[in-house]
Amino acid sequence: MPSAFPAVDVSGVSRTFGRRRAVDGVDLTLHAGDCLALFGPNGAGKTTLMRVVAGLLTPTTGSVHVGGRSLRGDAAARAQVGLISHQSMLYRALTARENVEFAAKLYGVPDPRAAAMRALERIRIADRADSPVRALSRGLQQRVSIARAIVHEPSVVLLDEPYTGLDAAGGAALTDMLHLLRAAGASMILVTHNVEEGLAVASHAAVMIAGRIVRRDTCALVDARTYAGEYRALVVA
Amino acid sequence: MTAPFRGTTPQQRDPQALVAKPIFDWFFAFAVVAVIVLYVRALAFTPPDALQGLAQKIYYVHIAAWLGAYTAIGITALMSIVYLWLHDERADRLGEASAEVGLVFLTVGLTTGTIWAHRIWGAWWVWWDMRLTLTLFLWFIVAAYLVLRGGIEDPGMRGRYSAVLAVLAALLIPFIHLSVYLFSARLHPMPVALQPGRPKMSPEMLTTFLGSFVAFIILCIALIRARYRLGVLRDIASAAEIDGDAR
Amino acid sequence: MNELRAPGTLSAAWLLARKDLAIEFRTRTAFFSALVFAILALCIFYFAWDQSIVAPSELAPGVLWVVLTFSALLGLQRSFGLEEHDRGIDALLVSPVSRESIYLGKAIGNLLFLSAIQAVTIPALALFYNLPVGRPLLVVTGIVLLAMIGIVAVGTLFSAMAVNTRMAELLLPMLSLPFFVPILMSAAQIATRTLAGRPMSESAPYLKILIAFDVVFVVACTLAFPFTLEE
Repeated sequence: MPSAFPAVDVSGVSRTFGRRRAVDGVDLTLHAGDCLALFGPNGAGKTTLMRVVAGLLTPTTGSVHVGGRSLRGDAAARAQVGLISHQSMLYRALTARENVEFAAKLYGVPDPRAAAMRALERIRIADRADSPVRALSRGLQQRVSIARAIVHEPSVVLLDEPYTGLDAAGGAALTDMLHLLRAAGASMILVTHNVEEGLAVASHAAVMIAGRIVRRDTCALVDARTYAGEYRALVVA
Repeated sequence: MTAPFRGTTPQQRDPQALVAKPIFDWFFAFAVVAVIVLYVRALAFTPPDALQGLAQKIYYVHIAAWLGAYTAIGITALMSIVYLWLHDERADRLGEASAEVGLVFLTVGLTTGTIWAHRIWGAWWVWWDMRLTLTLFLWFIVAAYLVLRGGIEDPGMRGRYSAVLAVLAALLIPFIHLSVYLFSARLHPMPVALQPGRPKMSPEMLTTFLGSFVAFIILCIALIRARYRLGVLRDIASAAEIDGDAR
Repeated sequence: MNELRAPGTLSAAWLLARKDLAIEFRTRTAFFSALVFAILALCIFYFAWDQSIVAPSELAPGVLWVVLTFSALLGLQRSFGLEEHDRGIDALLVSPVSRESIYLGKAIGNLLFLSAIQAVTIPALALFYNLPVGRPLLVVTGIVLLAMIGIVAVGTLFSAMAVNTRMAELLLPMLSLPFFVPILMSAAQIATRTLAGRPMSESAPYLKILIAFDVVFVVACTLAFPFTLEE
């Protein structure tokens, strides 16, 4: 999808809660097909940044554009984004398929039922489609949540700790899916603690500490093991 | 959308200067003196009412307290609109301060109102008196406003929620007024001889009466001002706490 | 990639309402507890007055409004609680659906929930309090519907606010009940007159208040709702 605008453009974003400054002057630019792995310790402001990028929080200063458009008040721009966060965003009383189907309808996906089943198959949980979410384990719920986030085939995918709770098979399914999404031209921001996991799928990497981006790299140019060591040194310091 | 907070933060206005200020508040002291002077005049130098006797003296608290309450609540409503519009935390703090002071004045107004009603109408509470009933519901709404504020941690959310409540309450008041009016008009015609709002007054009484308005408005402003400054100090303290956590 | 056509305000609202009702139908807990509460309250109020002094049929309208108010609070309590549990609300907010349609969807869901309870409570009231079945009862049902619109409009907004506070269970009634006063006052007046066989023209001013309240607060609360969301 060639476009004059970068897929995600974050410029000078700060966000305060009361007087606490969670994000402090962050600039990020992602082009179509880029995948940014965002590392950082707890409380670095990664989740706040993701919520600002997703349009759930307004930045105190600065601006966020997705495909050249602001998400606030622009339904068509919001339709291009998928968000996976700490919370599953699922309704426990409904089945996995009903949850994903509901999401598909929110986005106006044609034939929502078939789209929901396709999404569940992609993350390999179609066999539990008719189980109520409350009967699923944490890891399986996470998979349903991922299916919910990608059912409308977003061109920008925001993933906040998506590997949390997934077992080896789930993690592998997610990694495969992320590679497929990237091949299809989607851009991603992937927040994680786990350096090896992040570097395995990302094209770019950044480290966030105390609300600021303190280091940026291109994944092809770094050695995973050296990078992990340097990251640890950064966080401890 | 505008950012959640704009405007001068207390830190920018040098918190040390604020904290270092002496406890003595000259304006507040002036308000207290004004109220004392007024009551000495009301009790010792103003003749009692021919019809109501000494019970009429309660007017000098009662009506003045209502005036103070409606002033304070008016400020809260106005500041809520300003806050939703400009997201300025000073408007939020002023709204909160006025609401608290308003609740105090409402309580005074209600208490003195029931005492007066008992003496003159023979019942502690009369539902068909519009002012009393309306004020009671206003008291509930202001109380809910303050409880709501106490239940929210995030300052931005606290400001927005309480402002939304205040604006909706401003829309609600005419409805309560109208339905209480219809309700009471059916049950009882208003007592004409003892209209509490229009007493026949001697010149001395009128002077004292107007004096009580002035004294209570000054007291109201002094209380709001003091409460506002407390709010500033509290915000500085909580900011210092957060800074402490960050280090 | 693909340009999807997101649902419009009303169809999105209906989608949300159907989702809430599907959840309600699946769990049934809130519905049954509110229903049992309503009928239980009807029975208890019957014994709270001396029937030799006040005829049950005169008591009925008052009981109806008290029961309506409190069963509404039970239903409203869980409206946004449902979204809060796993932050389902976030999924709604990042979707192309507008904020107004989230509010309207929630309100429609609550209105249907409450209507279902009243569909059982009103016949039960007629049964227990020996009300004549006929046109007056039908008029009262219409008034109940008008009153519910106002109650749900305000209650849905406050439900959205209360879930984000500590002590949500206490705050929702505390915020809502003062707002229910004009509704209850006018609705009770109309119901009393209608059941006493008075002509409808006597109730006209109350009916006007009720309708004006519904219009003003449906609009005001729809506009106010976006302010209650995290920003």
